[in-house]
Amino acid sequence: MRKLTIKRPSLRALTLPGLSFVLAMFFGALLIAFSDSTVLKHIGHPVTFIKAAGVAVWQSYLALFEGSVYNPSLATPHDALLSWYPLSETLVTAAPLILAGLSVALAFRAGLFNIGAQGQFIFGSIAASYVGFHYHLPIGIHVIVAVLAAIVAGSIWGGLVGLLKARTGAHEVIVTIMLNYVALYFLMWLLGTTTFLRPGRRDPISPDVLPSSRMPLLAGHNYRVNLGIFVALATAAFVWWLLSRSTWGFRFRAVGANSAAAKTAGISVPFVMTAVMAISGALAGLGGAVHVLGSDFSLTSGTAGNFGFDAITVALLGRAKPMGVVFASILFGALRAGGGTMQANTNTPIDIVLVIQALVVLFIAAPSVVKWVFRLKNLKTTGELAAKGWNG
Amino acid sequence: MSLELRGISKSFGALLANDSIDLRVETGEIHAILGENGAGKSTLMNIVYGLVAPDSGEILVDDVVKNIKEPSDALASGIGMVHQHFMLVPVFTVAENIVLGHEKSGFAGKLDLNEARERIKKVSDQFNFDVNPDDLIEGLPVGVQQRVEIIRALIYDAKVLILDEPTAVLTPQETDDLLKIMKQLKEQGTSIIFITHKLREVKAVADRITIIRRGKVVGNASPEASQNELASLMVGREVELAPDKGAHAIGDDVVKVQSLTIRDITGRALVSNVSFEVKAGEVLAIAGVQGNGQSEVARAMVNLEEHVEGSITLDGAEIIGKSVRESLHAGIAFVPESRELDGLIASMSIAENLILDLHDLPPYAKGIQMSPSTVVSEAEKRKVEFDIRLQSVGDPVSSLSGGNKQKVVLARELSRPVKLLVASQPTRGLDVGSIEFVHKRILEERDAGRAVLLFSTELDEVLALADRIAVMYRGEILAIVPSGVTAQELGLLMAGVVHA
Repeated sequence: MRKLTIKRPSLRALTLPGLSFVLAMFFGALLIAFSDSTVLKHIGHPVTFIKAAGVAVWQSYLALFEGSVYNPSLATPHDALLSWYPLSETLVTAAPLILAGLSVALAFRAGLFNIGAQGQFIFGSIAASYVGFHYHLPIGIHVIVAVLAAIVAGSIWGGLVGLLKARTGAHEVIVTIMLNYVALYFLMWLLGTTTFLRPGRRDPISPDVLPSSRMPLLAGHNYRVNLGIFVALATAAFVWWLLSRSTWGFRFRAVGANSAAAKTAGISVPFVMTAVMAISGALAGLGGAVHVLGSDFSLTSGTAGNFGFDAITVALLGRAKPMGVVFASILFGALRAGGGTMQANTNTPIDIVLVIQALVVLFIAAPSVVKWVFRLKNLKTTGELAAKGWNG
Repeated sequence: MSLELRGISKSFGALLANDSIDLRVETGEIHAILGENGAGKSTLMNIVYGLVAPDSGEILVDDVVKNIKEPSDALASGIGMVHQHFMLVPVFTVAENIVLGHEKSGFAGKLDLNEARERIKKVSDQFNFDVNPDDLIEGLPVGVQQRVEIIRALIYDAKVLILDEPTAVLTPQETDDLLKIMKQLKEQGTSIIFITHKLREVKAVADRITIIRRGKVVGNASPEASQNELASLMVGREVELAPDKGAHAIGDDVVKVQSLTIRDITGRALVSNVSFEVKAGEVLAIAGVQGNGQSEVARAMVNLEEHVEGSITLDGAEIIGKSVRESLHAGIAFVPESRELDGLIASMSIAENLILDLHDLPPYAKGIQMSPSTVVSEAEKRKVEFDIRLQSVGDPVSSLSGGNKQKVVLARELSRPVKLLVASQPTRGLDVGSIEFVHKRILEERDAGRAVLLFSTELDEVLALADRIAVMYRGEILAIVPSGVTAQELGLLMAGVVHA
């Protein structure tokens, strides 16, 4: 194979995640082929076997694409644009994930491993949902108040972790893992109370948030895509500014890279830890608001889904950089949205999507595999977040 | 056993680390290799020990060409090495460390250490090493850990021993002990290659000296050469080892420390009842062997220590109880003991490291919005003023050499209005050229009327810079003496001996 040389630094930053994704798709293809019973029937005949495998892989990945970006068969004579409906679904899933991912990424940059995005996300959804169904406020104002409530709830839940770490030295990983459980069981308890239980229902589900508190739709009632994606993109821009252009971000990065030197230069490390975790929590809480006010509308015990944990993955994949998190989240949103279609249209289970997600992270964490497969000489791999772990 | 290197060359990319180096070490000789940081000494020794493959050249042991590809080849040829950073497992005992990789097992695979214990005792007694095979490494002083490394080399029959900057981590006493051991080993017929940039030690033990500069052998010298001659060969130009201390006016007390006591987290006093004052235009050196409380006193000057009693006043205003930031902004410049750990943030840029303390003040920031262009343009000014050799101020500070890193720390600390400069081990690990720069800069501050508090374990540095010297021993100030004191007297004080 010819040796690849990549010169531009901006491209080089994308090389490892990009090639890891290609490699993960390749292994995903092998799994699809070998888990398909019709393909396996031809195992004795190499030529037909390969043909059948090719068909299975092509159909699965085509369904994945049709479920996440563009599906011509959805177009109707009245509305040709409906074939873009899957892209709308991708963006709906990506928006909360971007925000939760930014939460993890910001904490990373300050040297903190925020495993607690899930709990902060849950608190954000609870606050947004409560404001959304309980209060009657004018249109426009209502959604803003609900979002602010989620930000405050998330930042308290996150800031608590920072405060504990700053005051007592409690490790944020342990604390956030525990607080995730607390948040989840608190939500389940709430859903049993008369305030939160939807009238006439016995299963734990809250009332829908009022229409005045919902995120405005962007492309009419046929599509679920809403203002949330723009909230997420604007927040990514804000986090970029915070980290690279503000004095706060300077302190965050300084403490993250060497807290002893930051302290010696007069930066207050306890303040930074608390501030970072509060902002981090606010971002995840905002993610919860975008999810509840944008697409889910009601609370259930599964409201947060896997957002808070996928957030860790997209933060790693996006190298803890805001733009990276945006791209990684859209990619994950697409895999999630397309996975359903793939399961419905082919023999391939949606779990293959999880395998691909896991493999992407695995390859990023083991860059020498990617280097070896693609014969890369100059791929810079030192300083790779996933390869270093949390105290590298 | 003799060792000869012929035409050894090694390049890393565009950098020629070793340029056809020839070197011969005779049997029972202490051969010093002298050179600044980055001159190529370590690369050369790593080649000899099989850690790095040379591009060309050959290694001869007793005039026979040896093919050394791995450290095990070097050991088999009788070459042993004691690295600058010890290769010991801290939670293992001495004996366990020494058998590591050569373990003998007894019944049912039980580790058998008896033979190792015997041999360690034998070597230890022979050279008065005072090493107990069953002590845990982590409980041993650095000097003893180094002896364990030497024992390991001797037990595996090293006839040529490479010591890579062995005194960098040692106290003055431990250094003297090591120099004695080296002479003993030499008398037993072991050849020693002694890598260092410390001139005094070279003059004390070496039989012959080879000087390396920028990857080339630039000359040989005998130990009779003066320190200035050796330094000039090493740096390639005339250097002033003892900077000129001009006449200057000493002013009023700037800083007054009264009954300072510092405790650790368990309440044990690390520093007890220390009092001194520093006047404007004066260098007060606090000398002492590492670990006698000096580091804590230095850190307490800017409130980096937690359990502090007593009083520190700067121009009459109390410092204790303020935040680190308030202390710095009150007019204290602080050069920490470890520039890597406490002074700099390795992964951040040089420009950012220059403003760690001032990043949120104008002109670097307006409100919370920073101005990256000002950060860069101010960094360019500091680069010129402090002669920091760099490619771009946007590069990470980790790309700089030790001397230039220290210049970044100095440039940052001296860019605020300063009344007192606290410098803790400011030249540790630096090469001669950088030491010269740092010393000059410290004296410039003194001559400009600032008070200077210098913490140093290096006798030469203390004697060269100080106007008065306070010696710390076991957390207390043993004596404060004028600068006319001799190195011997000072050495005794540092060891806790007070004159009758």
